[in-house]
Amino acid sequence: MRGVFDIVGPVMIGPSSSHTAGAARLGKMARIILGEPPIEAIIELHGSFAQTYRGHGTDKALVAGLMGFSTEDERIRQAIDIAPESGLKVDFAIVDLGDAHPNTAVLYVTGATGRKVRVVGASVGGGNIIITEIDGYPVELTGEYNTLLTIHQDKPGIISLVTHALSQEGVNIAFMRVSRQERGAQALMIIEADQPISEEALRLVKGIGAVKVALIVPPI
Amino acid sequence: MIRFTRVRDLVALAGEKQVPISAIVEQYEIERSQRPAEEIHRTMLDNLQVMREAIASGLTGTEKSASGLVGGDANRLLNRMEKGCTLGSGAMNRAAAYALAVNEVNAAMGRIVACPTAGSCGIVPGVILAVAESLNCSDEQLVAALFTAAGIGIVIAENASISGAKGGCQAECGSAAAMAAGAVVEMAGGTPAQVSHALALALKSTLGVVCDPVAGLVEVPCVKRNAFGAVQALLAADMALADITSVIPADEVIDAMHQIGLLIPKSLRETSEAGLAKTPTALQIEKRLHGKD
Repeated sequence: MRGVFDIVGPVMIGPSSSHTAGAARLGKMARIILGEPPIEAIIELHGSFAQTYRGHGTDKALVAGLMGFSTEDERIRQAIDIAPESGLKVDFAIVDLGDAHPNTAVLYVTGATGRKVRVVGASVGGGNIIITEIDGYPVELTGEYNTLLTIHQDKPGIISLVTHALSQEGVNIAFMRVSRQERGAQALMIIEADQPISEEALRLVKGIGAVKVALIVPPI
Repeated sequence: MIRFTRVRDLVALAGEKQVPISAIVEQYEIERSQRPAEEIHRTMLDNLQVMREAIASGLTGTEKSASGLVGGDANRLLNRMEKGCTLGSGAMNRAAAYALAVNEVNAAMGRIVACPTAGSCGIVPGVILAVAESLNCSDEQLVAALFTAAGIGIVIAENASISGAKGGCQAECGSAAAMAAGAVVEMAGGTPAQVSHALALALKSTLGVVCDPVAGLVEVPCVKRNAFGAVQALLAADMALADITSVIPADEVIDAMHQIGLLIPKSLRETSEAGLAKTPTALQIEKRLHGKD
């Protein structure tokens, strides 16, 4: 069931909780999943997002999120003008994703180190979001919980090593999903936790040989 | 463990524990989020502050939104009120002006509190802050009122919808009006039962209202509709406090709103495909705004 602040809240820059606040959160998620400040992004917009993005400032909000701004940051209004100063180049395109949620965006983001990530997410109403795909792996990441994301080798024992590390640090797992593209290759795991995940827990997880990428996505 | 899914649950729990509905909702949030009471209280106070700032900013604003469709109307209404020329008076007028102010700030990409949505963000602040002036209410009372509003909004969201795309404007402005009506009944010392009647009356008064925004923006008719919603909420509260009851109980009105929302064609649920969005004037506006694409 919803909480009080899902109804009276969020504090946000208008005009639309789904097309502005939700968009800002999608952008910010993409930045965090990239793991570093982005220098380039191509954003494809689908559905209602594609139709109303200028009037609702969706484009400004997505760029603002990529720069790490929160949904209530008044700089959202000038985000597109500010972006070049942050070293961020953004291009937009309209795309038809068929049955995808009417407020879906696909963000291709590149960092200064050359690292790239492809994030697909939707703004589902009231400022809430759901990330549905990361680099082709299906996920269901809402940004509501403290989240650990790992990309690891798909073989027996890895999941239990990761969850053991978390339990050692007193972290209780609320939701967990593992997905992979093919057996025995790489898998992506999303663990949403009740408590903040400590740097020590992250260090333990990164220390597991088969784990290629591990990062923490705090509640956004 | 506080559990409620319906308005009648909130009323029953309030009666059982001999506390106002706001206390039930606040306790629910403490249990649900595992955050300390002071922190939850603080968050709500911060929300109240953003609401106040939005009203102050909107009342003095004279500029139009980027589209040029809205802006400056809160200021116009306030000016007329200050001259003493308005036909309506008192809290009702102030609630309308404040609601306009907040929604104009929203349209101008200013900072607001979605309550329950950005499109309907003017109604609750407009009503509670206008009434707070009349009754000389403290911040404590306003924060409590916001918890009551939240509880009502949770019930509506869980049983019907607070999204224009799903339920039309009755789901956004109607819900906000219901939340505001219940909140001010509590501020005025009304009983949980009166809160229930007020929210039912307010929601009833907006049944069937569609979402047909001009040019797909959250401006026309949204901004002014927040003013109307604020006035309806205040009247619903006055009726309930006068012991006027809603013949149909609140939970059934919410269910009716849900059903009506499902029956509203998609063209009138935030798609801008019919109604006001397809009037000759709206089409010209659309051409002017989007024609450059």
